[in-house]
Amino acid sequence: MTVTNSRTAAPAAPATVLPRRSPAPEAPEVRRSLGRLQAGDVWSLFGAAAAGLSLTGLLYTQLTPFSGVIGFVLLSYLLFLVCYTLLLAQTNDGPAVRDRLAAAVVHSIAGLLLLALAFVVAFTFVRGWTALTNLGFFTRDMSGVGPLQPLEEGGILHAVVGTLIQIGIALAVTIPLGVTCAVFLTEVPGAFSRFVRTVVEAMTALPSIVAGLFIYATVILILGFDLSGFAASLAITVMMLPIVIRAADVVIRLVPGNLREASLALGASQWRTVLHVVLPTSRSGLATAIILGTARGIGETSPVMLTAGVTTALNLNPMSNSMISLPLAVFEFVKSPEPVMITRGFGTALVLLILVILLFAAARVLGGRGPGQLTRRQEHRRVRQSQRDVRRMTAAREARARAAAAAPPDAPTSIVPGL
Amino acid sequence: MATDVASERSGAPGERPAAPAPPPDRPPARVRAAIGPADLLFRGYLRGGGGAVLVVMTLVGVFLAYQGYEALRVGGWEFFTTEEWNPDSGRGAFGIAAVLVGTVIIALIALVISVPLALGTALYICEYAPARSKPTLIAVIDLMAAVPSIVYALWGFYFLQWGLAGVARWMHTYLGWIPFLDVPGVDPANPLAGWESTYTSSSLVAGIVVALMVTPIACSVMREVFDQAPQGEREGAYALGATKWGMIRSVVLPFGAGGIIGGSMLGLGRALGETIGVYLVISTVFQIQPHILMNGGSSIPSLIALRYNEATPFGMSALMAAGLVLFLMTLVVNFAASSIIARSRSGAASEA
Repeated sequence: MTVTNSRTAAPAAPATVLPRRSPAPEAPEVRRSLGRLQAGDVWSLFGAAAAGLSLTGLLYTQLTPFSGVIGFVLLSYLLFLVCYTLLLAQTNDGPAVRDRLAAAVVHSIAGLLLLALAFVVAFTFVRGWTALTNLGFFTRDMSGVGPLQPLEEGGILHAVVGTLIQIGIALAVTIPLGVTCAVFLTEVPGAFSRFVRTVVEAMTALPSIVAGLFIYATVILILGFDLSGFAASLAITVMMLPIVIRAADVVIRLVPGNLREASLALGASQWRTVLHVVLPTSRSGLATAIILGTARGIGETSPVMLTAGVTTALNLNPMSNSMISLPLAVFEFVKSPEPVMITRGFGTALVLLILVILLFAAARVLGGRGPGQLTRRQEHRRVRQSQRDVRRMTAAREARARAAAAAPPDAPTSIVPGL
Repeated sequence: MATDVASERSGAPGERPAAPAPPPDRPPARVRAAIGPADLLFRGYLRGGGGAVLVVMTLVGVFLAYQGYEALRVGGWEFFTTEEWNPDSGRGAFGIAAVLVGTVIIALIALVISVPLALGTALYICEYAPARSKPTLIAVIDLMAAVPSIVYALWGFYFLQWGLAGVARWMHTYLGWIPFLDVPGVDPANPLAGWESTYTSSSLVAGIVVALMVTPIACSVMREVFDQAPQGEREGAYALGATKWGMIRSVVLPFGAGGIIGGSMLGLGRALGETIGVYLVISTVFQIQPHILMNGGSSIPSLIALRYNEATPFGMSALMAAGLVLFLMTLVVNFAASSIIARSRSGAASEA
């Protein structure tokens, strides 16, 4: 009040008036929680869960002749949802109830999927671990080992070697051809590359057994080759190729256009731009694409079954005779009703699973970053390189300046500033 | 690199042309960069790589058609209407009616289970999960897609089909009046000694196993689309007082509709072609088997895996024809999926 009075009394006073600081509030302001989860929500969640569980227990033990673990879980979840809705409806209006209910359903679906994955992996671990505990499992093959002989005899060396040989040959074809095709799709735009991209995208879901049938029809029936590891690796190649191309295409498309344009503007030709800018920039992504394709190729059973056949002996020659792979060995083991063979099958599946997880971890380590994002070491290396370049260029400029000073004055000088 | 653009458009490169708009009868000259010989060679090499891939992919269809032609010629239209499969014994009847229906049934079961799972998980990762755990969750889902199908098949064969028998019996008892949930010839109230084996090896078990394999594929497509839902529209919905679910319903889901349909169809294409998961779980019968709880079912991939070994040349041709049908089916589904993803609004935003 005093401020306004003084302003009306003296109009010549400066127009800007600092506001008075209001006195500090007696109690400090309580910070309001903006999060949606409050104590009441948690209690109603727990209460509904308890009610659902006990209702189901009542139904199962007293009222109806239900049985089975999965049925128990399903029914208690449904009853939990009903109880939760009823509890929420006591205090909330329609949209809020729907919001909470949707959140509960989404959380439980995601939990269910992760739980299912964990369960599948854990199931394989538990059933297959005993086979892996003796090291002979990795150093012997199954030739001459009957289904009744104990776990200490026989192993999966032949399948491990077969998988490595087959995937090696498949990668030797897939990597150059796949990367070339992916570069083609991005760097040579036009109607033809659009068509190729459409076909490749449609072929990513090529059923693996059709890939096996194709190689069987061409290589084995028409060209007359034997069932062999080479034919299997061709089948794996046909299946992996679209997957790798598509993933690599996505990665190469992510290379920033201005990097490419900078290279072209400096006068580089297209192939130099691809070789020195596009491919190095997308290197980690390409590695990821190839590794993920490898993981898919390693795990396929049916193309190998059709084209390489089943054997129990180690075979190092991919061009002749049958050559088994890890997934096919699993399949052959579990065909037998003997518990020892089934344990071997789970052990082999576990080896395969561990291999895939390792490949996947490698892909994450290599390709966790986008194009152009560097690790600390790469960044350090690049800074050092650029410092060396500056030193080299300065030295060259000084040398040229000295040469120009020493040369006769009528000679034409060609010192470009900045170089 | 030399360009010959400037000299074409205006006589003197330094000065601006008097009339900036070209005369209406003459279209503007096309800008065309000169390409050196090294680049011509390089482009030829790239085109060759693309062409080679195209040839391989086309050959798959061509050779299947070539090898399957004889069986299709002999079988004629009855190839699609006959249920049994006896091409090897002389000129026995053979057709894919049963296996085709079986394939579609298993794929549909997988779709019905995997779409809600994938949708819920994608929504959780995009909207509900804490930001810190998001990369880990994405990696876990990708890993799930890379787990070999034989691992899922083992799980389905040794655990799921026995664990699910109780549920199947319950469904049979109380929902048996729905035609496809019935199990003809079995009374659920009758305490059989080995009643579980009535419900094992069924299309439902195979469908669940396949659903676990295709869920991560559908989920990653949906997640990518949901991530692109525009932030401004999300904030607009919140500003209008929407709850989180209200925002998801009015912004994220309509925006991602193309991705949801496309992702589900990609999963369907994968489910149609799944071999080993179905082959190990199901016990193949060659009749149209619409009772999904009942022991027995069939699919084209498991038919091929079952019969290729003892097939005569003519039987092989019949299997090739079945493979061709499967191939064309997955191709159509996949084409439709990618065009839906590409044409939806959700796909358009990814070009930025």
